[in-house]
Amino acid sequence: MASSDSQPNDATSVYGLMKKRVRGHQGMIIGSLIVLSVLLIALLAPLIAPHDPYQQDLLKRLIPPVWDSRGSWEHILGTDHLGRDYLSRLIYGARISLLIGIGAALISGIIGTIMGVMAGYFGGRVDMIVTFMITVRLSMPVVLVALAVVAIVGGSLQVVITVLGLLLWDRFAVVMRSSTLQIRSMDYVAAARAVGCSTSRVLVTEVMPNVVNNLIVIATIEIAHAIILEAALSFLGLGVQPPLPSWGLMVSEGKDMMLFEAWLITIPGVALFLLVLAINLMGDGVRDITAPENRN
Amino acid sequence: MGNRVLSVRNLSVDIPLADGVLHAVDDVNLHVDRGETLCIVGESGCGKSLTSLALMDLLPKKAIRTIGRLDLNEASILDYSERQMSDVRGNRMGMIFQEPMTSLNPAFTIGNQMVETLRRHRDISKSDARDLAKQMLEKVGITAAEQRLTQYPHQLSGGLRQRVMIAMTLLCEPELIIADEPTTALDVTIQAQILLLLRELQHEYDMGLILITHDLGVVARIATRVAVMYAGQIVEQGTVEQIFENPMHPYTRGLMRCIPVPGKTRPGEPLGSIPGMVPSLIGSFTGCRFADRCDLVKEACRKSDVALRDVAGKTQAYRCVIDPQAMTKVA
Amino acid sequence: MIYYTIKRLGLALLVALTVSFISFGLLYLSSDPAIAMAGETASDADIEAIRKLYGFDRPILVQYFDWLQRAMGGDLGKSYYFRTDVSSLIGERLPTTMTLGVCAITFAIVLSVPLGVAAAIRPNSLVDRVALFLSVMGQALPSFWFALMLIVFLSVNLRLLPTSGSDTWLHFVMPTVVLGYYAAPAIMRLTRTGMLEVLSTDYIRTARAKGLRPWVVLFKHALRNAIIPVVSLAAVQFGFMLGGSIVVETIFALHGAGFLAWESITRNDLPTVQGLILVFSLFYIVLTFFADLLNAWLDPRIRIN
Repeated sequence: MASSDSQPNDATSVYGLMKKRVRGHQGMIIGSLIVLSVLLIALLAPLIAPHDPYQQDLLKRLIPPVWDSRGSWEHILGTDHLGRDYLSRLIYGARISLLIGIGAALISGIIGTIMGVMAGYFGGRVDMIVTFMITVRLSMPVVLVALAVVAIVGGSLQVVITVLGLLLWDRFAVVMRSSTLQIRSMDYVAAARAVGCSTSRVLVTEVMPNVVNNLIVIATIEIAHAIILEAALSFLGLGVQPPLPSWGLMVSEGKDMMLFEAWLITIPGVALFLLVLAINLMGDGVRDITAPENRN
Repeated sequence: MGNRVLSVRNLSVDIPLADGVLHAVDDVNLHVDRGETLCIVGESGCGKSLTSLALMDLLPKKAIRTIGRLDLNEASILDYSERQMSDVRGNRMGMIFQEPMTSLNPAFTIGNQMVETLRRHRDISKSDARDLAKQMLEKVGITAAEQRLTQYPHQLSGGLRQRVMIAMTLLCEPELIIADEPTTALDVTIQAQILLLLRELQHEYDMGLILITHDLGVVARIATRVAVMYAGQIVEQGTVEQIFENPMHPYTRGLMRCIPVPGKTRPGEPLGSIPGMVPSLIGSFTGCRFADRCDLVKEACRKSDVALRDVAGKTQAYRCVIDPQAMTKVA
Repeated sequence: MIYYTIKRLGLALLVALTVSFISFGLLYLSSDPAIAMAGETASDADIEAIRKLYGFDRPILVQYFDWLQRAMGGDLGKSYYFRTDVSSLIGERLPTTMTLGVCAITFAIVLSVPLGVAAAIRPNSLVDRVALFLSVMGQALPSFWFALMLIVFLSVNLRLLPTSGSDTWLHFVMPTVVLGYYAAPAIMRLTRTGMLEVLSTDYIRTARAKGLRPWVVLFKHALRNAIIPVVSLAAVQFGFMLGGSIVVETIFALHGAGFLAWESITRNDLPTVQGLILVFSLFYIVLTFFADLLNAWLDPRIRIN
């Protein structure tokens, strides 16, 4: 249309445009604020938590939160079935969720990125093998395999992180493969190869910087994915083991009492929901902001 | 029944954008008679395609159309509802697009897409519609028409697809066909065939034809009358002889200099070109829109908007304030 | 099309073979079946005897091919816990899971495709915003927690639905919703972007220029093209649902294959777990195989070539 000729097309305005888009993106702002505060809470847990999250007090079992008439300010979110302070467990639980989310995404990100970039860059047989591996990986049921492995090896934080990391690389590989393919065919990469840059140099200096946006978006998706999966595994009793305060485990422990004390499952569930929602919003934000043109 | 197929007065198209309103088409007046070919010429972005879409009421949603009068066969269709307009489209006014490769739905056979058009506007059976579709394919020079009906668009070449588009547009024997650069995407030899076909069919059905193009060679071959558009305005219009033999507007003259003439243009000699850029059409604009690129620009050109003025005793009109005498000297 | 089918079939077989090897190797490497079979009180000699008896002392590849050969004949070994054939055990439980899966994917499609179409017709409208809001919310909702909340509100507080079991269709309502909602956002988004893309194509403009009615333009010309990638996605999501059925069936005590998986894992019932991984994977492979064929059939550009 006629408009394309007359629009200012100025490279220096890209940064300004992104700033404008960030400000216009409420979801991104809200999401980032929530993620940041959860991150802070997790880092400063020992300072913030009002009680020791492992300290049992069988005389103070199942105290409801402060908004309930039976609650008190001493235990703002009440206590669990062993009399442990629920707020403190929630705060320490943030550490577990973030640790697992980031740890698993890091492992799967490294695996998936290497595979995807190699497939996209070298093409041919490498590409065939990687695509095949992705297909194989997708046909294995994640929850079932993760549950089985954790059950056999034994549930611990490290095991859950490793297992999820080894299972969630497929999306990284798919997206990195297609973006590398796209970038490889561009002129500047061809130029870099023509002047004799080595393959690894081209990959690191020309390809990687241009796929970083996609990498961030996928990373947020997989962090959220891993957090939800860990919660589900722990809920089923085959993830992080007690007495660690995983949010999934808290829901699981509250499950037997949920008909009488619904807050026991509501509180950790809402925390989980909010954190995952915030991470997703952040990811969507990054995607929208770095998109080449403003999509509807 | 009268002779005038289409008449449009004071057509403007505005597109609201983030940094202001884009006045893409500004106060265009056009008319087409039965059996006549009106060529709208201009470079890309001058608003000629938007003008054609505006006539069909097919503009993109965000574009705003204002229009003074729109008559089809001397009856106003301006206040037609969307429902009434859809009865007109494909039935009384047909449109052929630039990209034959993408203008047909890849998921349906040629036959399906042609039959569906006929049955939308005519109360006929499927098999009758199929017969008519087949006849029309033969009419536009497609062999093995029966078999083509069962094929999908991707099985046909670009030239064939454009013939199918033409056949599909002709099915309901419209009074007016608007063809938006119908040959731009095709090979040169096929371009000529398609143009010839369009001209023949136009005579046969006695239709009005509006042909949008940027190719003056096409204009010379097919046009009855010509409207030259620049930056959303018609800057000159007249019969094809008037425009080619006696172009008045400096822009039209510039365009004419860009055509290589066999025998006259020596090899290696640079073709004419018009330096400069089309002004931004966002926001308000005063004065002649061609002023920045015009060799003859004067102070008066930028002071106020320029109206179309008639060439004495002729049907030709142009949008320029400069004395024609002064122009001929320079050119 | 025939060539395409054969090629695609070859790929499916190769994937199935690889998956079978991985699922065998995974559990072979990570545990000692002889100990699991002998029980915790067995002596070393007992374990050794079992190892010999069942051939667990042979090289892994020999054991794998042995297992594969029997698996292809439908023999997935005997369950350590139930002491019955794994294949008949799974066969008994699979119909429940399939019913649940079909209900869930139908629920997801019925919910998300119309919403995606409506959102694409008017981008940035109220419908679009609501659809986007729902999909963002849905993607963040942990299914096990959602299931518990449904039980608390629908079964206990409002007494509308039974909490657990699989006796009547009412028992399937909550599991269907819990399993289906998770697939809905992705399908909705793909329908929306697909429709948006298709609606801006030249052939949609042609359809409008022919004077076709808006719903013909929308549902015949646009949706027919936009739905092609959605078919693939729905198949993939259906496959994922079987994995997800573990969580859902466990919570609602629905005695399907997912519940069996959870039971077997907690009981260290290795052959059953192995068999389930294989069956779930095979189902996914078959599903995506047919989805690809359907896709090719829906798109004449692939079909006729």
